[in-house]
Amino acid sequence: MKIKQLSIFLENRKGRMKKALDVLENGGMNIRALSIADTSDFGILRLIVPEPDKTKKLLEDNSFIVKIGEVIAVRMPDKPGGLGVILGILDENNINLEYLYAFVEEKDEMAIVLLHPENIEAGIRALESDGAKVVSAEEIYGL
Amino acid sequence: MIWNKEAECMSDHDREILQLKRLKEVVKNAYENVPYYRKRLDGMNIKPDDINTLKDIEKLPFTTKDDLRDSYPFEMFAVPRKEIVEVHTSSGTTGKPTVSGYTRGDIEIWSEVMARGLSMAGVTDDDIIQNTHGYGLFTGGFGVHYGAQKIGATVIPISTGQTKRQIEIMQDFGTTVVIFTPSYGLYLAEELEEEGINTKELNFKAIGFGAEMWTEEMRQKIEKRFNAPAYNIYGLTEIIGPGVGLECSEQDGLHIFEDHFYPEIIDSETLEILPEGEKGELVLTTLTREGTPLIRFRTKDITKLKRGECGCGRNLVKMDSITGRTDDMMKIRGVSVFPSQIEKALLRIDELEPHYQIIVTRPHLMDEVEVRVEASEDLFSDEIKELVGIKRKIENYIHSEIGLRVKVTLVEPKTLPRSEGKAVRVIDKREL
Repeated sequence: MKIKQLSIFLENRKGRMKKALDVLENGGMNIRALSIADTSDFGILRLIVPEPDKTKKLLEDNSFIVKIGEVIAVRMPDKPGGLGVILGILDENNINLEYLYAFVEEKDEMAIVLLHPENIEAGIRALESDGAKVVSAEEIYGL
Repeated sequence: MIWNKEAECMSDHDREILQLKRLKEVVKNAYENVPYYRKRLDGMNIKPDDINTLKDIEKLPFTTKDDLRDSYPFEMFAVPRKEIVEVHTSSGTTGKPTVSGYTRGDIEIWSEVMARGLSMAGVTDDDIIQNTHGYGLFTGGFGVHYGAQKIGATVIPISTGQTKRQIEIMQDFGTTVVIFTPSYGLYLAEELEEEGINTKELNFKAIGFGAEMWTEEMRQKIEKRFNAPAYNIYGLTEIIGPGVGLECSEQDGLHIFEDHFYPEIIDSETLEILPEGEKGELVLTTLTREGTPLIRFRTKDITKLKRGECGCGRNLVKMDSITGRTDDMMKIRGVSVFPSQIEKALLRIDELEPHYQIIVTRPHLMDEVEVRVEASEDLFSDEIKELVGIKRKIENYIHSEIGLRVKVTLVEPKTLPRSEGKAVRVIDKREL
C-alpha cells in the first residue's frame, strides 16, 4: 500500500515554510503528517494530506515547486523498540532506507512511521511478509 | 627616475608630429596587411592617404572586441604567423577569446613601456621583484616580467597563489617590490599579520597593482599594511597587456605612453569625441604594434584624460584610474568575468530556468560570487542528495567556464526580480 506524499521545494529563508502552510490553510487543507529535510540553503518539506492532487495544484498555483512521491505507512506499538522491529525487517531484506518520519496516534497508543526505501515495492513486500502492519492510504488520509 | 626622457618628456609639438607619423604608418599597415581593416576602410571609402592630421583619426572606424572575436584566431595578424613569437588571449566571453600576436618588435615595445612604468615606481636594477601576477595566456605576469628584466631587476616569477610560499620567499629572498591585484594584496597582508611578520622589517620599496578596480582608501590600506607606496598599472590584452599606462610618484593618475598608444575619450552612446577632462569611454589606437595593430579599439573602460606637465617631470597625458565599465564585465579576484559566461554554463543544464542573479561580495578581502538560480519542477527532486548534486554540477560548469569557484544557491521559482528589458543580473555588494 503506497501513500502519496507531497515534496515541496523551500528556500532556507525566513518565512518560507509559513507561506506554504498559509496556502494550505487558506485552501482548507489539513495536514496528516509532515517532515522537513534541510541543507544550509534549501529544504524539502514533505507532507501527507488527504487530497494530494488537489493540494499539489493549490501549491503550484501559488508558485511552489511540488512533486508527488510515494511512501509506505506502517503502524506499530508506541513503545520502546517499536521502530527497531520495522527497521530490522528492512535490514534483513537488504532494503536501503532513504528517510523516514513518524507520528503518534494517542488514542490507540500506536505510532505510524512513514518510510521511503530506495525500492518501494520491495519494501512493501518485505514488510508485509514479515508481519509489519502496512496501513492503507484511505486510512491515513482519514485519520 | 625617468627611463626614457626623450619619449616621456617630449614637448606636445614634437609628440604630435611623432604620433601623426606613426598613425599614418599603422593605418597603412593595417589597410595593406589585415583584410578586416581593408574591408572596413574600403566600405567607408577611406584610404590611408586620407590621414593627414591627428584629427583625421576621427574618420576611422572603431574596432570592438566582437570584431576581434570574429577574427579568431589569427585573422587580425598583420604579419605572417611565422613572425609572431608569442600569443596572449583575453578570457573568452561567448566562446572564443580574442588573440593578441606579438612580434619580436612588439615584445620589445612591451618591455620598453613596462620598464618606463616600473621606473616610475622607483624600480631599478638593484631591485628584487616578486611578481604574483599569473604567467600564462593572461598578460599580467609576462608584462611585468619583461619590463623588470629590461630594467635589469631580479624577477621572482612566482605567479598567483601559494600564499605561504609567497611569504617565505619574500623573507628569504629579500623582495623589495611586490606586484599584485589589490584584493590579493590585502589577503597577503593579512596572512603576513597572522604569521606575526612586521612588514616594516621587510623593507618594501614599492608595490605595483592592477587588473582590478580599486579606490583611494584601498590604496591607503595597502600602503599602510606593506609600509610602501603603491602604484597603479593599467593595460589590456588587446592593446598589449599591462603597460598602456602606469602611475608616477605623484600618484595622481596614470601616464599613458602616447608615443605607442593613442588615447581618445568618447561618449559611448553617440560615439562623439569628448573634450579633454570629460569622463567617457577610453579608445586606444596602437601606434607601433606590428603583430596585431588596432585602430580605435573601444576598451569599454570609463576614465578621463588630463594634460599638462606633471610634477614628476613627464609630459605624457594622464588618465584617471578606471571608474567603471560601459558593459557588464566584472573583475573577480583580478579575472574578467561576464554574466554571459555564467549564463552559458547554466544553459548547459536543460531543466534550469533561465532566471539567475549574480551576487558579488567581498566578505573578507577576497571576492566571493554567489549565483542564485531559480529551481524548476523538472530540476526538483525529493532527494536532498540529488539537489545537492545538481548544485555541484552547476558549480562545476561555471568553474570550467570562468576558472573561478562560485557558490550556487537554488531559490524558489519567481523569486528573483524580473525587470522590463534588461534584467539586473549582477548585484555587486563589494565596498571598494
